[in-house]
Amino acid sequence: MSETDGAEAADQEAAARPGDWQQRWVESLMALLLLGLAGLVIMDSLRLGTGWADDGPRSGYFPFRIGLALAACSAWLLLKQLLVWRRSRGEVFAERGQLRDVAAVLLPTTVYVALIPWLGIYLPSALLIAWFMWRQGRYGWPMLLGLPPAISVFLFLLFERWFVQPLPKGPLEHWLGF
Amino acid sequence: MDDLNNLLHGFSVAATLPNLGYMLVGILLGVLIGVLPGLGGANGVAILLPLTFSMDPTTAIIMLSCIYWGALFGGAITSILFNIPGEPWSVATTFDGYPMAQRGQAAQALTAAFTSSFVGAVFATLLITFLAPLLARFALRFGPAELFAVQLLTFCSFVGMSREAPVKTLIAMLLGFALAAVGLDDMTGQLRMTFGFTEMLKGFDFLIAVIGLFGMGEILLTMEEGLAFKGQSARISPRVVLQTWWQLLRHWKTFLRSMAIGCWMGITPGGATPASFMSYGVARRMAKNPDDFGKGEMAGVVAPETAAHAAGTAALLPMLTLGIPGSPTAAVLLGGLVIWGLQPGPMLFTEHKDFVWGLIASMYLANIVGLLVVLSTVPFWAAILRIPFAIIAPVIIVTCAIGAYTVHSSMFDVYLMLGFGVLGYLFKKLKYPMAPLVLALVLGDKAEANFRQSMLLSQGHLGIFWSNGLVGSITVLALLMLLWPLLDLAKGWARRREGLAA
Repeated sequence: MSETDGAEAADQEAAARPGDWQQRWVESLMALLLLGLAGLVIMDSLRLGTGWADDGPRSGYFPFRIGLALAACSAWLLLKQLLVWRRSRGEVFAERGQLRDVAAVLLPTTVYVALIPWLGIYLPSALLIAWFMWRQGRYGWPMLLGLPPAISVFLFLLFERWFVQPLPKGPLEHWLGF
Repeated sequence: MDDLNNLLHGFSVAATLPNLGYMLVGILLGVLIGVLPGLGGANGVAILLPLTFSMDPTTAIIMLSCIYWGALFGGAITSILFNIPGEPWSVATTFDGYPMAQRGQAAQALTAAFTSSFVGAVFATLLITFLAPLLARFALRFGPAELFAVQLLTFCSFVGMSREAPVKTLIAMLLGFALAAVGLDDMTGQLRMTFGFTEMLKGFDFLIAVIGLFGMGEILLTMEEGLAFKGQSARISPRVVLQTWWQLLRHWKTFLRSMAIGCWMGITPGGATPASFMSYGVARRMAKNPDDFGKGEMAGVVAPETAAHAAGTAALLPMLTLGIPGSPTAAVLLGGLVIWGLQPGPMLFTEHKDFVWGLIASMYLANIVGLLVVLSTVPFWAAILRIPFAIIAPVIIVTCAIGAYTVHSSMFDVYLMLGFGVLGYLFKKLKYPMAPLVLALVLGDKAEANFRQSMLLSQGHLGIFWSNGLVGSITVLALLMLLWPLLDLAKGWARRREGLAA
């Protein structure tokens, strides 16, 4: 851990390179997002009534106060970030290469999750595992065709047979008669 | 004496052959979870929770808690052999554990770590055995105001003791409360913050949040750090174990201090991670040879492991007696209890004696089983870590997706899980703590209900939280905890003024 700390400190002195995400932007956008969420909470609480009814506090009573506190905290965080905006210029949230690595997981996973309602869970799972093995591990065809389907079949037996927990199934499973 | 009889009865419940079998399965799964990056105690238990719905509650909770003990043991293996903490609470174990392994003392380091974990856990279990019934009897007198005050104390101590910025701790907590409020309001029957989406009716399940935040988030983070496993191999022989145990006797003071720190941090919701760091720091400060720490000092392995395991175990004390989990994993176990129709809290000790004492007895047994299992299977786990990340990572992603789906058999939960994963990555990078978010999501409804009931009793006067000595002192303690960071701020400011003046 101490080695990466040293590298990070060095990075902070160097200015952010193009393609890097700056800490100050991510930090501020996160605070803005939280502020927006707080706004939604407050809005809906106002609709429900934030006061006192005959039978006690109304539905919006508690969330309204939570929303106000959340708004106050995120506004404070945003303000603090804006005050040191110039000084925090060089701080990097993640470098370009790191972002690419994160995207290399996030995008296939998003596609995977989007495919589940159409194809069931077992086929996309095998595809996801094969994709990773090919992109990250540079495996050859024998491994790519062998291991991912084996894992899917194992999962199928595990959940459908032993745990009796039906998972989403698609055309392939229907075709096979399940 | 009565409690001792109950405990003996508990052993008869826990020590049946099927239960011992599930215990072993739980421990093995737990160590696996602890060894793999991206799967941890909290999300591992969350993913496996739906699979136990069909089991008898006692068996199910024994297996799930064993997964937790196993994960606590497993974190040490990767820390020592690979310098990669499998769990956040084993980060401090890498400081001295890995240097020991590099010197060729991997077996000694592992034995020390496992033994320390065991000692810490057994001490915390003893504490639970004797303290939990007393606390439960005491808590039977609690009304809604007292319960809310205790919950307030839980959340305020997060702010007071967190290592992250207090504002960010507060934000994480408030976000948890806001998410918990989504859905049907039980008291008035109105819909809150669903904005017309039917999927939002049932609200956000914290299990989904746990799987996303700790599972997906962790995978994204691991990927960014560019993980490569290069490590030492180890085989533990009985002779080394005995020699190491003999050496460990000299560290009895470190053991005592670490157990105290661990239990305290576990009962107050500090959790295992801060406990391990704090214990490491204290051990170094109190040692005669502080300069040896970080270079492979055995006390530097003993201290964090004892404290982490003591804290992890002690976190179940408030969970069982008050219904307030002391850590995210305890929160997941609590979620399980509720699903099986066992309402955690003082009544549990009178209404479900078999269950409570079975669980406590299983904690003794499981830790003995766990110690033997990890001591004998280290080479096997080290081999698992040599499976390339290109295979492990997608398998963990698939596991997270399946885990999220099985909670309610709902596809919407899988989308949510992915969303929480991205949030978890951003939170981790921006140093927002995640434990308060999860705990607020778990306790949000209950805290709100207690608050509203207290307000009903008092006709809307906040004075009810000071109406008697008990509730008053808890509330004052909670507010003190909340204001603690301000005190630090003031101290820092005063020091800077002095610095300028001098």
